[in-house]
Amino acid sequence: MLLHTVNKSPFQHAALGSCLRLSKDGSAILLIEDGVYGALKGTKISSDIENAMKTKKVYALEPDIKARGVQDRVLDGITLIDYAGFVDLAAENKAVEAWL
Amino acid sequence: MSEEMMEEGGGGVIKKFCYINRKAPYGTIYALESLEVVLIGAAFEQDVSVVFADDGIYQLTKGQDTAGIEMKNFSPTYRALEMYDVEKLYVEKESLEERGMTADDLIVPVEVLSSAQLQDLMEDQDVVLSF
Amino acid sequence: MKFGILVSEGPYTHQAADSAYLFTKAALEKGHEIYRIFFYHDGVNNGTRLTTPPQDERHIVNRWSELAEKHKLDLVVCVAAAQRRGIADAEEAKRNGKDGDNLAPGFRISGLGQLVEAGIQCERLVTFGD
Repeated sequence: MLLHTVNKSPFQHAALGSCLRLSKDGSAILLIEDGVYGALKGTKISSDIENAMKTKKVYALEPDIKARGVQDRVLDGITLIDYAGFVDLAAENKAVEAWL
Repeated sequence: MSEEMMEEGGGGVIKKFCYINRKAPYGTIYALESLEVVLIGAAFEQDVSVVFADDGIYQLTKGQDTAGIEMKNFSPTYRALEMYDVEKLYVEKESLEERGMTADDLIVPVEVLSSAQLQDLMEDQDVVLSF
Repeated sequence: MKFGILVSEGPYTHQAADSAYLFTKAALEKGHEIYRIFFYHDGVNNGTRLTTPPQDERHIVNRWSELAEKHKLDLVVCVAAAQRRGIADAEEAKRNGKDGDNLAPGFRISGLGQLVEAGIQCERLVTFGD
C-alpha cells in the first residue's frame, strides 16, 4: 500500500480532503507539519478523520504535534510516531505520496 | 520492485512513475517545473502516468493567454507530451466537476477517472512524484 | 533500504527542509542508505553558503553540509531551478558570466535527470515540499 503524507492544515487547504478521497482503504496516512492540525478533537473535520480511521490507519508526527502545543487534543485512535517511526512507515509501504 | 530488476542497473529497469499535479499554473511555479521533470524523465523510458487533480486541472485549461503577465504560456507543451511517448494523462472526474469543467475544456485528450479508479491507479505505482 | 529524498522548498519559510533533514537523519541512524537528496523548486535555496541565520538559530544549510560530509551524501541541486534562483557553483558562475558563486560545501549542481534516476535506483522516494 501507499503511505500518504499530508503537511497542510485542513482549515486552509484541500490537501487532507483530497488525500482522504484518493487514498485506498487499508492505506496509511501520516500527518506532519501543519497537517497535524487535522489530527485534533472537536474540530469541524474531526468526524472526517474518524470516518477515515474506520478503513485507513492514521498517524501524526509527535514532534510536530508537541511543537504546536496540541498534544492534549489528539483524537483517539491516531498513532503518534517520531521521525524514526516515519522512516519505518516509509519502508513498510511500497511508495510514499506527498499531498503537497 | 524485485531485487533482480534492481540488479539490471538503470538501463534495464522500468518502473511505474506517476507524476501528480495538483496545483494551478502561473500563481506558483510548480506546474511548469513539474512539466520539466516529465519531459526530462521521458528520456529514461519509464512507464509514465501523469495525473491532474484538484487545481492541477487548471494547467490543462484551453485558451490560456499569458501576454499580460509576462510569463511564458507553457500549456501547448502538454500537447507535445505525446511526442515524448508520455501518453497516459489522467484527470480526476470529481476535480473536474467541482470546477464546473468537462474534458472538452482541456487542451489535450485525457482519460477521465473517478476517484476510485484513480486510487487503484496510484496504488499500482512504484514512484509517486507530487508537485 | 535505499532511500531518495526530494526537497521542494527553501529553508526557513517552509518546514519542508527541516522535515527532510530530520527524516534523513533518522533513516541514517536506522542504518538505511540515502542514495541522493535532490533539491528542486525553491529547494535549491538550501544550497547557498551565503545563508547567515541568527547565531541561536539552526543553520539549515550548514546542517546539510555537515550531514553530507559525515555520511558521504549526494546533495544535488537542480541546475535549471538553481539558475532561475541565483544559485551557482564556480563553474556555473563562470559559464554565465557572474561575478560570484554561492554553492555550499557538499552540494553539487546537476540536471533533473538525477531526480528521475534517483526514482529508478531507490526503493523509496520521499518528497518534502509545500
